[in-house]
Amino acid sequence: MSTTNPPLPEFDIDPRAFRHLADAQVGVELDTGDMILNLGPQHPATHGTLRLVVRLDGERVVSADPVIGYMHRGYEKLVEFRTYPQITTLINRIDWLSSFANEVPFIDAAEHLMGIEAPPRAQYIRTILTELSRIATFVLFLGEMGLQVGALTPAFYGFRDREHVLNLIEAATGVRRHPHFDRIGGIKDDLPWGWINETRTAMKTVFDACDVFEDLVAGNEIFEARTRSIGIIPPELGAAYGVSGSNLRASGVDWDLRRDGRPYLVYPDLDFKVWTHPDGDSFARYWVRLQETRESARMVVQMLDQMPAGPIMAKVPRIIKVPEGESWVETENPLGQMGYYVISKGATGPFRVKIRSASFSNVSILPWLLRGVFVPDVITILASLYFILGDIDR
Amino acid sequence: MISLGSVHGLLALDIGWGTTLAIKTVIILAIVPLTALVLGYVFLLKMMSHMQSRLGPMDPGGFHGWFQLVGDGIKFIQKEDITPAQADKRVFALAPAVVVISTFLVFLVIPAGPDIIVKDLNVGVFYALAVSSLSVIGVLMAGWASANKFSLLGALRAAAQLIAYELPLLLAVVGVVIQAGTMSLQGIVAFQSTGSIFGWNGIGFPLILTQFIGFALFLVASQAELTQTPFDMPVAESELVAGYMVEYTGFRFLFFFIGEFGTAFAFSAIAATIYLGGWALPASWGIPLGVMRFLGPFVLFAKVMGVAFLMFWVRFTYPRLREDQLQALAWKFLIPIGLLNILLTGVFKVAI
Amino acid sequence: MSDVSGTETPEADVEAEPTEEVAPDPHVLDDLHTELVARFGNELGVAVLDQAAVFGMPVVRVRRIDWRRAAEVAKGALECDYLSFIAGIDWMPAPKEGGDDAGSDTSAPVQPQETTYGAAGSDGRFQVFARVQSTSRHWGLTLKADVDEESLLVQSWVPVYAGADWHERETWEMYGFVFDGHPALRHLYLPSEFEGHPLRKDYPLLARVVKPWPGLVDVEPMPGEGADADAEADAATTEAAT
Repeated sequence: MSTTNPPLPEFDIDPRAFRHLADAQVGVELDTGDMILNLGPQHPATHGTLRLVVRLDGERVVSADPVIGYMHRGYEKLVEFRTYPQITTLINRIDWLSSFANEVPFIDAAEHLMGIEAPPRAQYIRTILTELSRIATFVLFLGEMGLQVGALTPAFYGFRDREHVLNLIEAATGVRRHPHFDRIGGIKDDLPWGWINETRTAMKTVFDACDVFEDLVAGNEIFEARTRSIGIIPPELGAAYGVSGSNLRASGVDWDLRRDGRPYLVYPDLDFKVWTHPDGDSFARYWVRLQETRESARMVVQMLDQMPAGPIMAKVPRIIKVPEGESWVETENPLGQMGYYVISKGATGPFRVKIRSASFSNVSILPWLLRGVFVPDVITILASLYFILGDIDR
Repeated sequence: MISLGSVHGLLALDIGWGTTLAIKTVIILAIVPLTALVLGYVFLLKMMSHMQSRLGPMDPGGFHGWFQLVGDGIKFIQKEDITPAQADKRVFALAPAVVVISTFLVFLVIPAGPDIIVKDLNVGVFYALAVSSLSVIGVLMAGWASANKFSLLGALRAAAQLIAYELPLLLAVVGVVIQAGTMSLQGIVAFQSTGSIFGWNGIGFPLILTQFIGFALFLVASQAELTQTPFDMPVAESELVAGYMVEYTGFRFLFFFIGEFGTAFAFSAIAATIYLGGWALPASWGIPLGVMRFLGPFVLFAKVMGVAFLMFWVRFTYPRLREDQLQALAWKFLIPIGLLNILLTGVFKVAI
Repeated sequence: MSDVSGTETPEADVEAEPTEEVAPDPHVLDDLHTELVARFGNELGVAVLDQAAVFGMPVVRVRRIDWRRAAEVAKGALECDYLSFIAGIDWMPAPKEGGDDAGSDTSAPVQPQETTYGAAGSDGRFQVFARVQSTSRHWGLTLKADVDEESLLVQSWVPVYAGADWHERETWEMYGFVFDGHPALRHLYLPSEFEGHPLRKDYPLLARVVKPWPGLVDVEPMPGEGADADAEADAATTEAAT
């Protein structure tokens, strides 16, 4: 085995020239009038390596400029060099809190191109796991938004109650996060014995947890004082920026891709309510996610009642070659609208994949949203938008 | 004013004021960190953990991790002393000292028994509040000298908040002083212990019964004075990451920590003393003074734990207020209530 | 030819069911989207160069000079208030990994070396494409436009959709398209001094260049392999032989 690198192929640029870029600074003008504050990239409130260059006049924000890319892994370039099963391993890590939900649109797009349809049982299990990921993400949000606003206790309750769902996901897929469970044509394994009853019990705990959060956090006067009328997103502006998911529904826009988009998974067979709130402030976003958590738990119970028996994998060739074509699948992920535009040229891997991630658009509204607010409100707004760095930076 | 003994009576020895002073100094220097430690362990580590459905430290020391804070103290002491390069070195070094000194000074007037007090000033409660506000200077020094924008933000917020909440604190105490007729803490304790409610002296006359508004006011204001949630804007952990203390490490940070929890104990002790009767049990129970000299500190400790429980319980439950909301609460809500309290107290004192 | 099952014999009778069923076309647009495309075509007329349907989603390619006008029409007449994304496509075939002499590894995909274009065709190597949706009418449209390879100039959508700001910054950064009318085209993901446009096909994946696939498997030789182990094995065999 040779330990020396093979000679570089003929390219115009010498890739070794880029090693110094790790030290590159983002150019920021120094202003002597207002104070420039760097929130991040290491900061407890920014959910990861997001940097907000904020220009302050006393305690008021004059302008805010998010600097992203500290976690840019180059997914769209990486997937051009990988086969479809390899890509499924990667895309788990885009939105790492609800990792199963990231696999679903991509696998769906590949299945469209191949003309394969997964069997009904597999679709049900996929939907249940997606909704469980949604519950896991939202329960954590309900807790840690309290933490960002100052209450220490709800964060622990959030983590504790999320454990129930993570245990279920671990029992079904083998890992708590990044399950890599979805396959083109179905899913990897069937559910273990007793999982359905465990899930029913866990959903009851989720309902109880939501009640606790409603009392402890949403019902707290100080929390309301900190979140009402803070960070109002007007619905038209939100849509123009591409804000999606619970953020847009909290501004009163009645749009949910599970109900209104192209039918995917088993959502057409389910009976669920889409929650909206007219205010559009941070409290509204909290409230909408609280209600959606309960709704997801109801949906899971429905699906457990309706789950059909049958195979979990359709007939799929051993080496997956996806025929030529383009496909776009968008889904209602916990963070918002996620979509994959897959362009295939008949090889074992895609030619181009455009990954539309929700948090990228949600965060793009920050320069507009943060003008004129106080510094503590910046934290509240960041917490209420609920982005994940992997989703922004891909 | 009723006197309850003298220091010479305590020791029955003729030891001179210098030695007395030395003994008292040593005791105070030992007690303040100890109280900080006890309070920190019981409430910050154990009570908070149990409220958050977790256990807290369990290993250090064997029994429910009682050694944790002592171990933390040892860890802090042996840490490297880092001063930021652009910091103003002398001010940076002095700031924690100022904060801790103000804590020590408050302990001078807290009575723990009939004679167990460093000096029973006859402006006791006034002195205690005045001296506790010295910590504002320390906070400002810390924030400015750290050469860090986050620290500066925290220090400025702290200064505004601490000054604003001095007033409700004082107004609450004025109600007590009007009723008790004295500012000396021993006098207030004596008043409550030997007092009677409409002729019945079964439990003495704890001032909380008539000064409940003042008690609530005092608790809220002392929560703000200690920069504890819901008033912890200066040390907003998820925003400023320890605010004005962020550049302090090791021993200096330990000073701030002792200052914070020592002051918590001090304020709880003052609240217990002026509202709940302090170290004294009702005089009608007939417990002789000699026994009280032994029992007093324990009684005070129990009452302090009760008050501190309330303070820390609120700390771990509520989110934090924004500074403008905080200021509005102080100036527009608490101060008018304090003034109303004084008015009512005065009226009832004269009328009844 | 497909047969339904092995046991059924094809009937010569005219009334028998045909053995080959015509599968429904997966690309056909539903009524809502057919109306959308029709209205779009009416508004833009000759600006529409080509259109296609991709699994129920319409793809319309417009003229390069009408890129912003297409956005205005979508936002105004078609009520597509929601901007999903703006991105770019590079249709040049990817150079083979490791150069032409490298062996083929079934775990690394090999893309065809001929240039083909996808839905709605293309004029050249680069295209910009975007997706807009309507939150009220629940329809969506994918728009494509060709980008001239020399000038790389594209009209910016920022005056129409405020959210185009970040999408266009990213597309400039990754492909090099210059968006005319964008307030400040600067780097979004990459550091400010970065040179090159990574998502172009002629820009290498640096990780694969520095360490070709499948990379170094072991840093140290396992016991029993490697030069020292060979010497030991020789010594052992000589000892055993004597």
